[in-house]
Amino acid sequence: MTARALAALMLIVLLAASPTKAVEPSEMLKDPALEARARAIGREIRCLVCQNQSIDDSNADLAHDLRVILRERLTAGDSDQQVRDYLVARYGDFVLLDPPFKAKTLILWGGPVALLLLGGVIILVAARRRAMAGAAAPLSEDERRRLAQLLDRPK
Amino acid sequence: MMRRLIYLLPVLAFAGIAGWFWQGLAPERDPTLVPSAMIDKPVPEFDLPPLEAGKPGLKSAELKGQVTLINFFASWCVPCRAEHPLLLTLAKDKRLQLDGIAYKNKPEDTAAYLAELGNPYARVALDQPGRTAIDFGVYGVPESYLIDRDGRIRFRQVGPLTEDVIEGKLKPLIAELTK
Repeated sequence: MTARALAALMLIVLLAASPTKAVEPSEMLKDPALEARARAIGREIRCLVCQNQSIDDSNADLAHDLRVILRERLTAGDSDQQVRDYLVARYGDFVLLDPPFKAKTLILWGGPVALLLLGGVIILVAARRRAMAGAAAPLSEDERRRLAQLLDRPK
Repeated sequence: MMRRLIYLLPVLAFAGIAGWFWQGLAPERDPTLVPSAMIDKPVPEFDLPPLEAGKPGLKSAELKGQVTLINFFASWCVPCRAEHPLLLTLAKDKRLQLDGIAYKNKPEDTAAYLAELGNPYARVALDQPGRTAIDFGVYGVPESYLIDRDGRIRFRQVGPLTEDVIEGKLKPLIAELTK
C-alpha cells in the first residue's frame, strides 16, 4: 500500500468515526440523504435520560428507540418538521435542544435583547445629559472678571 | 426624591434575581424533571398483549368509563420495588382501576416479579418494544398516569409514587374525577 493510499484510508476512517458517537450501524438508513436528515434532526433532539446530550450522542436505550422512531418516520415520508412535532407532542418543547421562539420562551430569547436595548437607552440618556450640562451656563459678569484677574496675574 | 430612589434600583434588581435563584435551589425542586406535554390530552392509541395468555390485554379504547391509573414498571427497576407496597394499598381503592404496563421486560421476569411482590394490577400488559411508553412520554420507569372517564390523562408521576403524592395529589384528584 502506498503512503498516499494509507493516508486516504486513515482520513476515511477518521471522517467516518468522528461525527456521531452513539448511532449504531444497524440503525442507519440505506438512503444517505435520509440518513443525513436523520442525523441533522437527531443532533437537535434531547435525550431525556441523560439530559444534556443529544440522542445522537447518547447510548441510553431510550435514545436508541427515539433514533429508530425518527428514521421510521422519515422513511414513511414525514418532513423534518413533522418528525420534530411528533416528538414534541410526547415530550414537550424540552425535547428540542434549541428551544423555539414563542410566548413561553419570550424571556429566554427576548431577555438579552431587552437588556441590551435598556443599556443602550441608559447610555444615550446619560450621554445627552452630560453634553447638555457641558454646553450650559455661560460665565456670568462676575465670573468673567475673576477669570480675567487670574489670567492677568503676573507670573 | 427620584434621584435617591435610583440608588435603590440595583438593590431591588439583586433581590429579584436572588429570589429567583433561591427558588431554583429549593430542595423539593427536581431539575431533571421534564414537564409533561400529555396532561389533559387523550391517551395515545395502543393495544398491548397481556402478560398471561388468555387474560385481557390493555387497549386505549377500554380506558373510557372509569378512572384508571396506569403504572409503567419493570422487574429490573429498583424504584418500582420501592413503590410496590403503595400500589398494593392503592389497588384496594374501589374508585380506581389500577393497570400495569411492563416496560421492556421479559414476560417471565415480569411474572416472577409479581409472584414475589404480589400483583396489585387489575390488568397487566406487556410493552416489550417500549413504543407505547414513548407515546405516553415515558422516559424512565416507574411512571404513573391517571386517566379520567373520558380517557384523558389528568396527572402524571415521574418516578416512584410516594405517600405524599398519593395523599396530597392523587387521592384528591381521584375524588374529584369520580364525583
